Amino acid sequence: METVQNFINAYSWTNIHYLLQGLWVTVEVSVASIILSFIFGTILGVIRYANIKYVSAIIGFIIDLIRNLPLLIIIFFTYFGLPNLGFKPAIIEAAILAMTVFESMMIAEIVRSGIMAVDSGQMEGALSNGLSYWQGLRIIILPQALRNMIPALVSQFISLVKDTSLATIIVLPEMMYHAQIIYGQNTNYIIPMFVALAVLYFVVCYALSLIARYFEKRMSYSK
Amino acid sequence: MKKFWCFMGLFSVLTLMLITLTSCGSSTALSKRDVLQADKKSNTITWGVKADTKLFGLMNVKTGKVEGFEIDLAKALTKEILGKNGKAVFVPVTSQTRMPLLRNGNIDAIMATMTITPQRAKQVDFTRSYFDAGQAILVKKGSPIKNVYDLNKSGKVVLGVTGSNSVENIGKFAPKARVLQLSDYAQAFTALKSGQGDALTTDNGILYGMSVENPGYVVVGGSFTKEPYGIAVNKGQKNFRNRLNKALTAVEKDGTYNKILKKWFSNVPGLNYKEMMR
Amino acid sequence: MAHIVATQWPLLLTGLWHTILCSVIALFFSLIIGSLFAIFEIMPNRVMRIIGHVYVEIFRNIPLLVITMFFFVVIPLYVTKINGFTAGTIGLTIYTSAFIAETVRSGIQSVESGQMEGALSNGLTFWQSMRFIILPQAFKIVIPPLGNQFINLVKNSSVLAFVAGFDLMYQGNMIANNTLQTMPSYFIVAVLYLVITMPLSYYMRHLEKKLA
Repeated sequence: METVQNFINAYSWTNIHYLLQGLWVTVEVSVASIILSFIFGTILGVIRYANIKYVSAIIGFIIDLIRNLPLLIIIFFTYFGLPNLGFKPAIIEAAILAMTVFESMMIAEIVRSGIMAVDSGQMEGALSNGLSYWQGLRIIILPQALRNMIPALVSQFISLVKDTSLATIIVLPEMMYHAQIIYGQNTNYIIPMFVALAVLYFVVCYALSLIARYFEKRMSYSK
Repeated sequence: MKKFWCFMGLFSVLTLMLITLTSCGSSTALSKRDVLQADKKSNTITWGVKADTKLFGLMNVKTGKVEGFEIDLAKALTKEILGKNGKAVFVPVTSQTRMPLLRNGNIDAIMATMTITPQRAKQVDFTRSYFDAGQAILVKKGSPIKNVYDLNKSGKVVLGVTGSNSVENIGKFAPKARVLQLSDYAQAFTALKSGQGDALTTDNGILYGMSVENPGYVVVGGSFTKEPYGIAVNKGQKNFRNRLNKALTAVEKDGTYNKILKKWFSNVPGLNYKEMMR
Repeated sequence: MAHIVATQWPLLLTGLWHTILCSVIALFFSLIIGSLFAIFEIMPNRVMRIIGHVYVEIFRNIPLLVITMFFFVVIPLYVTKINGFTAGTIGLTIYTSAFIAETVRSGIQSVESGQMEGALSNGLTFWQSMRFIILPQAFKIVIPPLGNQFINLVKNSSVLAFVAGFDLMYQGNMIANNTLQTMPSYFIVAVLYLVITMPLSYYMRHLEKKLA
């Protein structure tokens, strides 16, 4: 009975409202990072695949280095390290910047492997039909690669949405941080808050994976 | 093999870059700046405070403002130093962010339940204590543990919070016990509830607050250490620190301190705020 | 920085050991469980498909911290006492297995569907053709995204820090608080994570080249 009462108290309108404010920041940071990292990730992935002398090797190394570092530490260094170099980002800028840098590397790796999985005969076909290498990549290879990559990309984006919670370390006012403040009022609110977090993250992430499944289906019909 | 050396070369270059990024390059420039004068000019003092700790500094979910003993005291000190129109700005900090924020100059001072210890005094300058907490333990009602010495047996598990001084103290009072550090008070208390530890230790004010919310849990044995909380400022800011000390004396003398103390601690059962009056 | 390593190395070593141990256990089991649920998801049997689908969608869409906290604070209340390390490892395994299932499923589905029919018409059972024909090809395709997942796993093991699992991040927090030298402490921790994940990603690269 006591537990039920805790849930009722924890889910007061003010608390829920506060939690949803956090959700909004989570969504904002996620959307910005998804768009930016998709763009940069694709570019980096293509360069990494294309085997341009030195450039591809160096980019490949940077990709490996950054994706192997814990995101938490990248966020931390972005916010506290960059001021040493003369650039002082606001908390939300630092969060988006760190997420974008990290996720671009993850996506670059997915894009590269997606391109590789497309039959190599197709490139030859494109070249012999008079397309240039870059045209072949853009018109023939990338669209097919993209279709194969959707599941991996979506998994990565789902991780991204949840990883925004790591930015609590620099006190980004997102959902996880707001939940912590709410259960700071009363230790009994912690389990209700964790349940609420699970539900809210699930809604956002599941919506993302539904959209992805829709695209995946639609694109495979056009096969 | 060639590839391997290429890799090692790049690796060391990037490591060096990271080191420069993380080193305290900026602190030298900042330590030359006189914080007190800069604050007087801008008419604001920026405080790093807790936003998730009841009684001391907790964000009000409705207004979005931080409230607590430390907040009120910081406001009083700001007024004392800058005059009636002086502005106090509050930046929420955690135990992971307080030091880099202070070093980078995002905040002028840390006032966030930080105990003065010799180890810490090597990194920052402390004012004299503005609050004397004492460490205690919280156990389930009817537990065989009556004081901290009962925990000094192998197999006993004590829960604490990362970044608090209390976990270090337990090592002195009950060296045989195992200490588990959790990330905040609510998580530590929930772990105690589910039997992950025999006792929860931290400063008494916070523990009494928990026992009010959960009548099945009690503070036993009284406090066994003194935890003087101090305001931390960057090394080399002697002027600012001395001014803070002076301001603290002033608010203690004119009764503001006692008023704030009464406001936050008179309703905490088990804690005699009158003993702490200054 | 050298000073921190010199004085705090016992903590760092314990942290490294727990992170590696947790990662290896979680990697092994999540690969098995993940592949199993991936196969469920594409089985002809509708019920199995639904089971696979529900498992994947539930566990990959809720935060790892919530799953781990469930094992740390709820299971001890009603079932049995488990420590933070175990709770964290179980949580990490379940969470990662959902991601691996999704990765492997997409790999299986990108193997041409004619191959399954061919195998079945040659008298192999569903499971036999899975094991000998489809999975080996699928794994080749999914190695790079799997590599991403493995690296994510190692880094996600930092969830142990929230349940006192004595991993690298937990020790990093302790060291940062002991010394108050926050940035250098976390820098050392970052380098130690690289020590684990870099060889892992190079091994995946190597595997990819070998199988190609």
